[in-house]
Amino acid sequence: MTSPTGTVPTRTAEATTGRASGGVGDSPQRPDGALKVRGEFAYSSDAWHEDMLWGTTLRSPYAHARIVSIDITEALRVPGVYAVLTHADVPGANLHGLERQDQPVLAVDVVRYHGEPVALVAADHPETARRAMRRIEVGYEVLPPVSDAEQAVHGDVPALHPGGNVVRHVRVVRGDQDATADVVVRGEYQVGMQDQAFLGPESGLAMPAEDGGVDLFVATQWLHVDQQQVCIALGLPPDKVRITLAGVGGAFGGREDLSIQVHACLLALHTGKPVKMVYNREESFYGHVHRHPATLYYEHGATHEGKLVYVRSRIYLDGGAYTSSTPAVVGNAATLGVGPYDVDNVTIDCWGAYTTNPPCGAMRGFGAVQAAFAYESQMDKLAEALGLDPVEVRLRNAMSEGSVMPTGQVVDSPAPVAELLRLVRDRSLPTNGHGESVDLRAMPGGVSNTTHAENVVRGVGYALGVKNICFSEGFDDYSTARLRLQVVGGEPAVEVHTAAVEVGQGLVTIEQQIVRTELGVERVTLRPADTTIDSAGGTSASRQTYMTGGAVLAACRAVRDRVFALARAKLGPEPTGLSLVGGKIVAATGGVLADLVDVLGGNVIDETVQWRHRPTTELDPETGQGFAHVQYGFAAHRAVVDVDVELGLVKVVELACAQDVGRAMNPKALLGQIHGGSTQGLGLAVMEEIQVSDGLIRNPSFTDYLIPTILDTPPMPVDVLELADPHAPYGLRGAGEPPAISSGPAVVAAIRAATGMALTRMPVRPEHITGTDH
Amino acid sequence: MCTTYSVTWYDTTTWYDSEEIREVDFLRPSSMAEALAAKAERPDAVPIAGGTDVMVELNFDRTRPDALLDLTGIAELAEWSDTGDGGIRLGAGVSYTRIITELGQRLPGLAMASRTVGSPQIRNRGTVGGNLGAASPAGDTHPVLLATGASVELASTRGLRTVPAEEFYVGVKRSVLAPDELITAVLLPGTTAPQQFSKIGTRNAMVIAVCSFAIALHPEQAATGNSTVGTGIGSAGPTPLRATEAERFLTAELANADQWTSPRALDDSVRRRFGDLVAAAASPIDDVRGSAAYRRHALAVLARRTLGWAWWDYCLERTSRCA
Ligand SMILES: Cc1cc2nc3c(=O)[nH]c(=O)nc-3n(C[C@H](O)[C@H](O)[C@H](O)COP(=O)(O)OP(=O)(O)OC[C@H]3O[C@@H](n4cnc5c(N)ncnc54)[C@H](O)[C@@H]3O)c2cc1C
Repeated sequence: MTSPTGTVPTRTAEATTGRASGGVGDSPQRPDGALKVRGEFAYSSDAWHEDMLWGTTLRSPYAHARIVSIDITEALRVPGVYAVLTHADVPGANLHGLERQDQPVLAVDVVRYHGEPVALVAADHPETARRAMRRIEVGYEVLPPVSDAEQAVHGDVPALHPGGNVVRHVRVVRGDQDATADVVVRGEYQVGMQDQAFLGPESGLAMPAEDGGVDLFVATQWLHVDQQQVCIALGLPPDKVRITLAGVGGAFGGREDLSIQVHACLLALHTGKPVKMVYNREESFYGHVHRHPATLYYEHGATHEGKLVYVRSRIYLDGGAYTSSTPAVVGNAATLGVGPYDVDNVTIDCWGAYTTNPPCGAMRGFGAVQAAFAYESQMDKLAEALGLDPVEVRLRNAMSEGSVMPTGQVVDSPAPVAELLRLVRDRSLPTNGHGESVDLRAMPGGVSNTTHAENVVRGVGYALGVKNICFSEGFDDYSTARLRLQVVGGEPAVEVHTAAVEVGQGLVTIEQQIVRTELGVERVTLRPADTTIDSAGGTSASRQTYMTGGAVLAACRAVRDRVFALARAKLGPEPTGLSLVGGKIVAATGGVLADLVDVLGGNVIDETVQWRHRPTTELDPETGQGFAHVQYGFAAHRAVVDVDVELGLVKVVELACAQDVGRAMNPKALLGQIHGGSTQGLGLAVMEEIQVSDGLIRNPSFTDYLIPTILDTPPMPVDVLELADPHAPYGLRGAGEPPAISSGPAVVAAIRAATGMALTRMPVRPEHITGTDH
Repeated sequence: MCTTYSVTWYDTTTWYDSEEIREVDFLRPSSMAEALAAKAERPDAVPIAGGTDVMVELNFDRTRPDALLDLTGIAELAEWSDTGDGGIRLGAGVSYTRIITELGQRLPGLAMASRTVGSPQIRNRGTVGGNLGAASPAGDTHPVLLATGASVELASTRGLRTVPAEEFYVGVKRSVLAPDELITAVLLPGTTAPQQFSKIGTRNAMVIAVCSFAIALHPEQAATGNSTVGTGIGSAGPTPLRATEAERFLTAELANADQWTSPRALDDSVRRRFGDLVAAAASPIDDVRGSAAYRRHALAVLARRTLGWAWWDYCLERTSRCA
């Protein structure tokens, strides 16, 4: 497939002959596509019940304060109010958390961040609930904020949690710790707090059930991890907490932690009525975790020839008030901290800190994004110090299959880093289109009419990135799929049931494609994802196509074995090499044996399979050595920018990407992931930042938290490689995150090339380019 | 009289010890006379035109008025006409989209500013009357109204008055509009002379101004001794501002060098001085959108550049000697 915006491999006619259409490698329509385009798709915020109440959350206006009193009397008096709840009303453990249970469901005696939930109200109208909420009197004794992660780790700062302010420290050491080099470059880098900025705010509906349990409909990323936490907080067993996925309006990591889950259930159980909760845009900025801001210190040593000798770094990630995913983010930043390069001697120390800033957790590419900005900035700096081209210095150090990671892990599947970089480098550069007449839309500043090409300088920048795919460090990572094959209306039909969450990435299509390919059945329906089936793991770490795709594939094989057994019983001993194609059972020699419909008859074949990727190991606590990651994903970007160097405004002209995906399961969806990830990285490079001062969020709105518009989003040509990973289903490589890692650094590199400035902080603001910071 | 619909929502202040739900009057006058009568009777009624500011306030529960006065049923507010002396009387309810398509040639500065407002949806609904009603220092039309010497027409049952734009703004989101008044129109002088508008935002579309600047040349004033250059600064002070010193400086420069009759390219030093004076006229602050220092710096650049573009256009019209 060749389009102005990309080249994506298509299967040859030969390869698809005899295959059910809409199988693996095709780009069939999404089952939810037409509904979404028509505005008819039911998102979680559309959930409705005749008799429902509306829940709201009272949040802390302070970053850090002691709670001295909570008085709900006046709030309870408001007509229409059914419940006002505080921590005292939490029946189970008043704690939740993804990796550690350290976050109160409702604050008890202290609040540790601006926006921390303190009390809940349920009322018959959302406005009544909000009005009543304002009548809750909370007495606060304001405490000094702890705003700086590095100080929280090393400084003389009060401990925010019993164990101190270090959430996790990972040290990765390999090779000669005292190595010296001909050429040394050092730098200090900063990454701002990015937001996932999903468009569908947190929302859901909890319904009390007659058995004393609760049914929850919610937009999330991992049903079972929500269920676990809800059970703990409510003191209920899993069979009493049933969660069904409601339509998800984007996630990007921001729905991994709980938002309304426990709160809505608490209110529903207290009032005996269905309770709906929906955050508005402003509350959404307080209601989910963000990308960790980071400070990174790097030193690279290289030979005169540009071969890396050593990398030393210290990385500080601001985890904010609670643990969330910080341990995993720290693990990623530490283990991927040198990037996709061969380096024999490595020392990396990475800390995740507690502060009184907004909690930070999962966001697309976590840990890898922050590290990539620093190590790619360093590679450019090294190139400059060596008088080498930035591409050349990367090519001389690019890792490949067989390379050894700083963790000692040998990379045992394709790692075509150099090839990816050459692909973006060898693309022709976009022309400099500023002729006689100026098209403002092509200018930095756009239609705001700030330049007619005066002081506009073009720059080109490159970056590489690497991301671990699936859950790492010994985590027991699995997914579950149940398939039912039967004849419906004279046709074979398959129903697929998993608890895997569709957040827009297209897993629902992939599941159908796999079944069509493996079972030769056109009609594939998906049951809603819920907790009546075992876990599918989270929709995170670029893992669902790999994991739930793997589980569906395994379930297909189990179903197929049952079909063949039936066929044997009906048709007698069969020729070898059976397959299911186009609704028929086909032998390798001899062609069609029977119609699937006839073989199945009235049988229902029902198979549930739990599927795991190969195991990984924990990191050695002293040295950070270990077989920590299942798979690595790589991407390369080339950014071309026009910078108005006098005003500091940037127009990204083109953002080319090359990525290895092992197998393009659905080329169109893949292109969407690459374009979306690249754009999210671009946003981080030039505009996206939650501004926090003394722990307070200053821009909780889309008026002031800017995300790229179509005018900010350039043409994004894409090259896709399909080098199979022998360990993965179909050889596929998780694809969602890598494009979000290298795009930001490439854009910043291009801005540096245009301006000649060091630009050590991302996002780059006009103030940085014009030296008008203060 | 005008139709009244009741909308129910919840009152912020008084309802919990008295009534739970309050009726809110939604007034729909169909003529200006009805509207003015309604506003005289209910000065607390909040006018709503495109609603692109009002609805945000309502949705975020920042204000819950007793009455809304819907202006979209008044035909004359959505019209523009020639004033007879070459100028244009622009009804307060004409949308940005219409300004761009219908008046792009005749009101070049205002059309440029209109193009930078929000997104197509916002430009379809939003109006200059609403921009003035909100009187935000970041409103994009204000610098142009200042630079072009526009006036605002205000009406009430007491009568009609015309206020120069410069006198309209009195503080952050405050204007001289009286509680019983409505903005009926904006009066823009006719001109064929160049105008420019330029706005800084940290993305390339759909962005609130970090700062903005408008310039309008008034060659017709050359003979009168009045200012021949109009300026307007946005988002760099509590109100939109004129850069009076810069206007004075440039008026003198252009007069001394007899530039109006035989225009020549402007010295770089003149353009820079003009930019510096514009920057000096601003009183910006540090906020989430930008630093005060950046705003000043950017204003100097915008002023210099827009002057260059406007002057270049003027030269082209008069002669080809500017190259
Ligand atoms: C997404 C978005 C993007 C935006 N982008 C921009 C931008 O780029 N630049 C910009 O300047 N603005 C922007 N705005 C703000 C808004 O669109 C403008 O201020 C617009 O001009 C308001 O016009 P309106 O007709 O919608 O006003 P309304 O919302 O109807 O009214 C605004 C105010 O004016 C009063 N009012 C309206 N008409 C009259 C009248 N005739 N007499 C007396 N009072 C009146 C109202 O009571 C209210 O106080 C944006 C808003 C949104 C929601």
